[in-house]
Amino acid sequence: MADDALNQPPVSRPPGPAAKPARPNYREPWQDPNAQPYVQIVGVTKTFGPFVAVDDVTLDIYRGELFALLGGSGCGKTTLLRMLAGFEIPSQGRILIDGVDMSEIPPYDRPVNMMFQSYALFPHMTVQANVAFGLRQERLPAGDVRRRVAEALELVQLSAFAKRKPHQLSGGQRQRVALARSLVKRPKLLLLDEPLAALDAKLREQTQFELVNIQEQVGITFVMVTHDQDEAMSMATRIAVMDQGWIRQTGTPAEIYEYPQNRFVAGFIGQVNMFEGLVTDNQPDHVLIASEEADATLYVSHGAEVPAGTVVSVAVRPEKMAIAGQPPDDRHNAVQGIVQEIAYLGDHSVYLVELPTGRTVRVKAPNTTRMTEMPVTWEDHVWVTWRPDAGVVLTA
Amino acid sequence: MSRKGFLPLGQRMAEAGPPSWPHGLQWLEQVLEGLWAVCLVVLRRLGLVGRRLVVNLPFFWLALFFLVPFAIVLEISFAESDFGQPPYTPLFEWVEPSALAIRINLGNYTFLLQDSLYILAYLNSLKIAAISTVLCLLIGYPMAYAIARADPRWRPALLMLVILPFWTSFLIRVYAWIGILNSDGLLNNFLLWLGVIGEPLAIRHTEVAIYIGIVYSYLPFMVLPLYANLEKMDRSLLEAAADLGCRPIRAFLTVTLPLSLPGVLAGSLLVFIPAVGEFVIPELLGGSDNLMIGKVLWDEFFANRDWPVASAVAIALLLFLVIPIMLFQWAQGRQQERRT
Amino acid sequence: MSRGVVLFSALAFGYAFLYLPILLLIIYSFNDSANVAIWGGWTLRWYGALLGNDSLLGAFWVSLRVAVVSASFAVALGTAAGLALARFGRFRGRALFGGMITAPLVMPEVITGLSLLLLFVTLQGLIGWPAGRGMTTIMIAHTTFAMAYVAIIVQSRLSGMDESVEEAAQDLGARPFKVFLVITLPLIAPALVAGWLLAFTLSLDDLVIASFVSGPGSSTLPMEVFSSVRRGVSPEINALATLFVLFVSVGIIIAGILLNRQERRRQRDDQLAYSGRAQEV
Repeated sequence: MADDALNQPPVSRPPGPAAKPARPNYREPWQDPNAQPYVQIVGVTKTFGPFVAVDDVTLDIYRGELFALLGGSGCGKTTLLRMLAGFEIPSQGRILIDGVDMSEIPPYDRPVNMMFQSYALFPHMTVQANVAFGLRQERLPAGDVRRRVAEALELVQLSAFAKRKPHQLSGGQRQRVALARSLVKRPKLLLLDEPLAALDAKLREQTQFELVNIQEQVGITFVMVTHDQDEAMSMATRIAVMDQGWIRQTGTPAEIYEYPQNRFVAGFIGQVNMFEGLVTDNQPDHVLIASEEADATLYVSHGAEVPAGTVVSVAVRPEKMAIAGQPPDDRHNAVQGIVQEIAYLGDHSVYLVELPTGRTVRVKAPNTTRMTEMPVTWEDHVWVTWRPDAGVVLTA
Repeated sequence: MSRKGFLPLGQRMAEAGPPSWPHGLQWLEQVLEGLWAVCLVVLRRLGLVGRRLVVNLPFFWLALFFLVPFAIVLEISFAESDFGQPPYTPLFEWVEPSALAIRINLGNYTFLLQDSLYILAYLNSLKIAAISTVLCLLIGYPMAYAIARADPRWRPALLMLVILPFWTSFLIRVYAWIGILNSDGLLNNFLLWLGVIGEPLAIRHTEVAIYIGIVYSYLPFMVLPLYANLEKMDRSLLEAAADLGCRPIRAFLTVTLPLSLPGVLAGSLLVFIPAVGEFVIPELLGGSDNLMIGKVLWDEFFANRDWPVASAVAIALLLFLVIPIMLFQWAQGRQQERRT
Repeated sequence: MSRGVVLFSALAFGYAFLYLPILLLIIYSFNDSANVAIWGGWTLRWYGALLGNDSLLGAFWVSLRVAVVSASFAVALGTAAGLALARFGRFRGRALFGGMITAPLVMPEVITGLSLLLLFVTLQGLIGWPAGRGMTTIMIAHTTFAMAYVAIIVQSRLSGMDESVEEAAQDLGARPFKVFLVITLPLIAPALVAGWLLAFTLSLDDLVIASFVSGPGSSTLPMEVFSSVRRGVSPEINALATLFVLFVSVGIIIAGILLNRQERRRQRDDQLAYSGRAQEV
């Protein structure tokens, strides 16, 4: 029972993602209890010999989503993707797409297409032939094939390159050919394996937006695998954070970032200061934690279902902290320390403050005024403070 | 023709390597350096130094012992047979101290054209080599494919098993087939014992025996380049094909096969070119009516002692092989380019 | 899976085809019957007869000497050629040079043999060298066609190798020959060993070229075997073949095991290095 409660979003959630400015046809089917999931992954486990790559994963993905599987290398995200494509068979569990059990269906009969990390373009075929390949397998009339290939190339703006061979294209163009090739079959589900990993940094950002735009145009459900949190945050409707074959948290980018459910997710996405402490007071609207590490009492303004005396962590994002030379009025959420390092990054600065206990706190402060003289400098004794709603209580 | 030497094994051996001089042998390095210093002084006197030496030494060796001989063969193919030692007439002769006479005799070539034996031998050699190449491909491709798709842990051993027989003597392997294919040989005895046949089959001294011999001897030349090609092929291409709705057999035909064509070409040329000039196999396994040009050349030279005709036969054979050899060189060069 | 069955039977057929004749050869070398086709019980007498066959033994020594000398020359010249092809970029005559390296790989041996013989005869007429034909001419012939193989092996080893290692050595002040000695040579050493072994067996195995360029009294082992095989199947040759197969198999298997072990050690070292435990050990 207690576990179940932990997997739910925090009980008294302040205005969360709902406050996000809505896109034109912004929908959140996962909020709707009547919505039918489009892709259902039910208790799927995949083992390779003694190694458990994917461990009892259950996941629902809805029509039209751009869903990201995020995690480090070896976390099982690619294996999960390959099971959706049909290249790996689950050791246990079932995968349903649009209500149809995929267990017995080989990759070539699945209504699913994949964009490979290496793109896997056929080197002996032209761009056109590569894109047409999938349609030819369906034995469509030549006219239809030609028309749909032209449309797909139009969509990715490669019509002028139809007659080229893959080795005559740039990295970004190859990526778009791979996208066109997998989209042209109008699959129910498009899988993208690290779609941007092979591109250089500048192109990557531009392509992120292009991919999202194309996805909105064609309306196909995308499932993407990535190790890059920025990519997942900026593109995905929802993210599943994976580690060692498990899903550690599923949620919108904002939920994942603002309300991590465990230390792993808090540490994996963005940067975070974590203080361990004992729950001393547990009220419906707030929790008080005595932290020896921080040498302070921490006040978190949301309730958590943990009895007093439990050891928990409080996670606070660096940008939600402030730095001051004077002690604040409220002694909660205030720690004192010495500035060890300052990194001036133009729009903001990062301060590393060492507490008397030896812990270092990372504070990110926007540089709102032009700095001629630093308000805070090395070796200064400072106070680091944050608001009651900035911290998150983590029990796992 | 015996080419049991195997490049891929060498390459495999070459790819794993200790990158430093063994301990206790460092002194050797100093000795070699000292010797080199002495050599350098000598070589500098001779005008052969450094880089130029590295190119020139093998270059001149090959020019002298590989290129010039062809010119001599060409020259002697225009000479006349003679009972002297060497058994041909000189092409250039000093008629007077100042006048050089050149006698070109086209008779050897017209002889080749007139006697149908030679033309038949050429055509038959090409036919036998071509059919053997196709047979090698039919047996070798599935083998190479199976090895390339086998568990990576087994691949070196499986490959080694293909190479192993070919480090043993070529002659001995052809010889093994004599004992099997003879009319009183092991195969016939076995079939008679089984009762499949009532009379011994005549296999040796037929073209079939030559095919068996060539395919047996040259199979690895087909398997190894094919394996090298199939093994390095990106597996995700096949997955992409399957993902796009292509069944395995079609994926093989539309993706694997076209992409393995360079390997097919290399393997086929490695079998075809030497097989055209094969001597040992038709000599030991074939019959007197199975004409092959390598054997004709050999007999012209050793039995008839007609060096000019043998030379003409060789030049004509080279003309037949010029295109395949150039194709092979082109393929090799392209492969090298891709490697670097 | 049916595909697996098809592939497995292709392999099984292929290996049976390759090994059955050799296996029969070996079994019949222990056959106590002068008629090769009839089984007459087990014996070792053909091995004894082999040891008493002076012409075969003599030919074996000729072959061995020729093979050692020509393999060594082939490695020296082939290394230079491979180095030139892999490292010297575009130099004058490169195309011709490349052609002269690859052509011997496929050239029918009757042509190579005949052309070399005619060269030797012509040279003898012009400058009196080589005086007659014998071991020297066989060695030259074998060196010539084996060096092509060595050159290809060395070239492929070098082109698979990062040139920046050599450049780093030069950058650190090593002169070209020193670079070759302390960097290139140790790196290509396995290729040289492989090349030498290859050249050695090519020479030991050659019948056609040796037949053209040998002289009286310098018959090589394959020439002896060939003339005896022409006369018919003899159990003595079976015994010789068995010894040969045994010798080569043992050699190859040892080489394979050594390679495998080296490979595994390298993989382990890599793992250690990556896991960062290398410093602690």
